[in-house]
Amino acid sequence: MKFQSVFDIIGPVMVGPSSSHTAGAARIGLAARNLFGRQPKWAKIHLYESFAKTYQGHGTDMALVGGLLGFDTDDERMKNALQIAKTNRLKVEFIVESARVDHPNTARIIIGDDTDTLEMIGVSIGGGKVEIIELNGFALRLSGNHPAILIMHNDRYGAIASVTSVLAKHQINIGHMEVNRKDIGKEALMVIEVDENISDSILNELRNAAHIIRISKIVS
Amino acid sequence: MFRSVAELVKIAEKKNISISEVMIQQEMDLKNQSREEIFSQMEKNLRVMERAVEDSLQGIQSVTGLTGGDAVRVQQYMKNNQTLSGPILLDAVSKAMGTNEVNAAMGLVCATPTAGSAGCVPGTLFAVKEQLKPTHEQMVRYLFTAGAFGFIVANNAFISGAAGGCQAEVGSAGAMASAAIVEMAGGTPQQSADAFAMTLKNMLGLVCDPVAGLVEVPCVKRNAAGSSLAIVSADLALAGVKSRIPCDEVIGAMYRIGQTMPSTLRETGEGGLADTPTGRLLKEKIFGTN
Repeated sequence: MKFQSVFDIIGPVMVGPSSSHTAGAARIGLAARNLFGRQPKWAKIHLYESFAKTYQGHGTDMALVGGLLGFDTDDERMKNALQIAKTNRLKVEFIVESARVDHPNTARIIIGDDTDTLEMIGVSIGGGKVEIIELNGFALRLSGNHPAILIMHNDRYGAIASVTSVLAKHQINIGHMEVNRKDIGKEALMVIEVDENISDSILNELRNAAHIIRISKIVS
Repeated sequence: MFRSVAELVKIAEKKNISISEVMIQQEMDLKNQSREEIFSQMEKNLRVMERAVEDSLQGIQSVTGLTGGDAVRVQQYMKNNQTLSGPILLDAVSKAMGTNEVNAAMGLVCATPTAGSAGCVPGTLFAVKEQLKPTHEQMVRYLFTAGAFGFIVANNAFISGAAGGCQAEVGSAGAMASAAIVEMAGGTPQQSADAFAMTLKNMLGLVCDPVAGLVEVPCVKRNAAGSSLAIVSADLALAGVKSRIPCDEVIGAMYRIGQTMPSTLRETGEGGLADTPTGRLLKEKIFGTN
């Protein structure tokens, strides 16, 4: 069944006006920030199709930037996110694209600071649910029906075991898992779908596991 | 897990418990959490709904200026006039519209089941409250009852306008509210199901045609329609009127209608009211020509 919890129906608590164009957009921005691990200094956000056509009226721009600032869907600072970004020295540029893509609500986010950059493509599939379909050139396949953890790690033996042993210790079941790497011994990506939302304390434990570079969770 | 309304009603009748109680027990099993934990999470949602209604009655305006102020207008009218549709119905309409005005103005709401249809459940709750004088627990239970029915629709059909039109959004939201009103008023689980069916039946075919693609026109007033229909259907069910077509079959009909609805009428802002001369003009004013 697609929907498991009563709180999928009565919820989420969110800043309006649209679960797909606002709450979903905030979750895409937040996923990008969490994967980057800190607040970036600049962001280039490419918007496609419905996001491109209606982003201003829906506050999609504020929500994406709010997410990059670390705001969740119910954070009322969202309304002033563009202003707060200026104060916090986050330089944002929106690029409206006319290219057709697979999903109407798609955003490609490139963020960075003096030392690092990250590129991610997120889609908002409705009701506040999002999917991340590409990360730093890695294609991802996330159903969006379950919470997921994305982990950038060094391609070394033991990296996967260090993550799965933490999950096993907390009795968290893995529904789907994928591992990709760019080259032997280089940066690699683990995508793990689980049956329940992961608490922040477990996330911190994972962050400190061996060979882990970055980590982000996606709430279904 | 219950998959249909028939199953939900059967479980409630067999165990001699309310629909809200079936939903609470299922959630406790799913999350492996205590009753108190589940209850307090729903209480948080209730507080957000209450605040949105209060904020809207202070008067509010959306960023585009398309919506805002109607909740207050209706309250003023109720205070100064002998109304035709009566205080409870109009109060629900005002509070449902108010919630969606807050939503359009980027305020905080609880999606029930979506942001665009977030007015029906709280609007009716805070209106019938005046008459039914529920306890705090009954008010939280109202949300579990509504959620139980929404859960079935979401898993057997759809709850988003992009997928199934407004019938899936405000249709579901109004129907969920009907079922919850019946339980709060002391009706049986089967009467909740009948009320749900009667509201959804009268929302079948409703398209999602937002002007400029924004959750404002006609969404705010569709929530007025959904909440008033919710109260009328609840009264019908409590009077003993039954739905000739069983609830699950009504949900099935809604699903099939949504599947055959053209994409121009499913939240793309391309058809229906969005494609009227005034709708197009408003879009031009907001976004400019491109």
